[in-house]
Amino acid sequence: MRIPPGVSSKDFSSALQEFEAAVGKPWVFTSDEDLDLYRDSYSPVWNEDEEPIPSAAVAPDGVEQVQAIVRTANKYKIPLWTISTGKNLGYGGSAPRLRGSVVLDLKRMNRVLEINEKNHYALLEPGVSYFDLYQYIHERQLNVWIDPPDPGWGSPVGNSLERGGGYTPMHDHFDAVCGLEVVLPSGEVMRTGMGALPGAKTWQQYKYGFGPHVTPIFSQSSLGIVTKMGIWLLPPPEAYLSGTVMVWKHHDLIPLVEIFAELQDSGIIRGTTSFASPFWLGPPNPELDSLRASGSVKPLEDYAERKKIPYWSLPLPFYGPAKVVAAQWEYAKEKFSSIPGVTFQDGPSHRFPLGAEELAKIPDTVPLGIPSLHIFSLLPPGSQGHIGFSPILPMSGEALLEAMTVFDRVHSELGAGRAALVVLTSFPRALVIIDLFPVERNVERNRKTREIYRRLIKEAAAHGWGEYRTHTTFMGDISNTYSFNNHVLRRFHETIKDAVDPNGILSPGKCGIWPKHLREEKA
Amino acid sequence: MKNARVALIVVLSMIFAAQAFAAPDESAVEKGQKVYQKWCFPCHGTGSGKPATDLLAARDKGSRPAALEERTDLSAPLIKMFVRHGVMFMPTFRKTEISDADLDALSAYLTRNNKR
Repeated sequence: MRIPPGVSSKDFSSALQEFEAAVGKPWVFTSDEDLDLYRDSYSPVWNEDEEPIPSAAVAPDGVEQVQAIVRTANKYKIPLWTISTGKNLGYGGSAPRLRGSVVLDLKRMNRVLEINEKNHYALLEPGVSYFDLYQYIHERQLNVWIDPPDPGWGSPVGNSLERGGGYTPMHDHFDAVCGLEVVLPSGEVMRTGMGALPGAKTWQQYKYGFGPHVTPIFSQSSLGIVTKMGIWLLPPPEAYLSGTVMVWKHHDLIPLVEIFAELQDSGIIRGTTSFASPFWLGPPNPELDSLRASGSVKPLEDYAERKKIPYWSLPLPFYGPAKVVAAQWEYAKEKFSSIPGVTFQDGPSHRFPLGAEELAKIPDTVPLGIPSLHIFSLLPPGSQGHIGFSPILPMSGEALLEAMTVFDRVHSELGAGRAALVVLTSFPRALVIIDLFPVERNVERNRKTREIYRRLIKEAAAHGWGEYRTHTTFMGDISNTYSFNNHVLRRFHETIKDAVDPNGILSPGKCGIWPKHLREEKA
Repeated sequence: MKNARVALIVVLSMIFAAQAFAAPDESAVEKGQKVYQKWCFPCHGTGSGKPATDLLAARDKGSRPAALEERTDLSAPLIKMFVRHGVMFMPTFRKTEISDADLDALSAYLTRNNKR
């Protein structure tokens, strides 16, 4: 039997009996065979001593059962690690941060509690997936859109709380959260925002309630277990129109980003897009990479011109009334026309609702509010999984050029060729650059990946770039970089953690925040 | 390690594909189709944007159907192995996602057209 750290086998047996009494014996998992299903399929520490394999998993079906589990965990000081759908692959999957934790698997809490078509929101349990939510809406022909991330098997509750992103105008997922129900480490149930007012009619319509706004402290957090979450949805737009801006010189990236920022901050571009370049972004290409060996951008620009391949391209998504999106694209073209040599490409465009035949021909439906697993089509052949290093950059071409150079240098110095980078506009006012790494069931290769990853963390922090979210393996490393004023932010988090969760039972180590009894050991 | 896994999968595939099975239970097949639609179709289904189907199509080059529900050579043990152990970028699926009973039904559905 696997046992949580610091817990006697007698206490653990007693805790398991109480868990079984709370949720029913079939929903407490302790065999190696069952617990292997809670290993992180995309683990960068697979089969190594530090791989965080759980000691048990318990799967409640309601908030009262969650409360009972938490009370038992407090009694025996059992570390719990909460998952929603457990598909947070690339960030830890369904595995804990601390080896030997008990996974609190909320997948069975999978009810869509409310959809409001007139005010465009939903109230959900954590086990609902984006696929489930879309299906629920589609079957009932409800007049709302959801914003799925890549891929669609995750949980709107989990993804939003982890501050994930999508593609439609609701792409900043935590920004769409409105009202939580949380089981606190004491076992009490709390509701945030307007939910604190008994009988409130606006729990999902006004985020802040009265007094200090605490919903955000349950995001990327170990302070409570979210059992219900309100999320804003989108009225279905009449049309979607996409147009691509193409520029041909290296330094055109600077005005390209600047004009994009103005259009985004003005609310003209409301969806997520990505900057593309065959020379600097995407998977390595030996032919193009060899052109970069000279250290000059001239051979790259010449190649782009000769082959008629745009040096940088930027697809722009527009959502709204057909006349409006057409006018927005025209306006965007006017603005980008200040870049010498810029060219444009129209399309694709769609009117909603989509017919079944049209829908079946669209490979990537995610920007149209329909969840899919299409993103896996973009993985290299033979891929066994991936993780990404994804710091937030300033919204500027200069920062992007600098970051690409730094990332490439780190890869090169560590003998790893060129970085495979993706640049997204998932969050307002900033860019996120993602350096993608394959993970394998190969200890040596994973060690190399971790070496590069950790070097990137340090180099990025030295340039003022920090990750917005990370795999459990690197949570301590990232937390260490947010060190302003002698780590006052982390000390503040620890003060709250100690006050709210004195036994340190909830998600120990989440985002580098350890409970008091493990703090020195894990520092 | 990777090659060993692939070899294991190929060997198991050959062993299990050769086995004969009893006639499928119709209610299990019906239930299994629902399990398939919910859990497998987004990656293994027909139509555009199905990564596993695309991958199998590229690998098998038309020698057998790329969409799992059109196959006639799958076996229950093989299906269970993939669901519970994963393969390539397909992760494991927990029992809170696909229960053992769901998995049996899924196997009944995906083996319904096997030669008996």
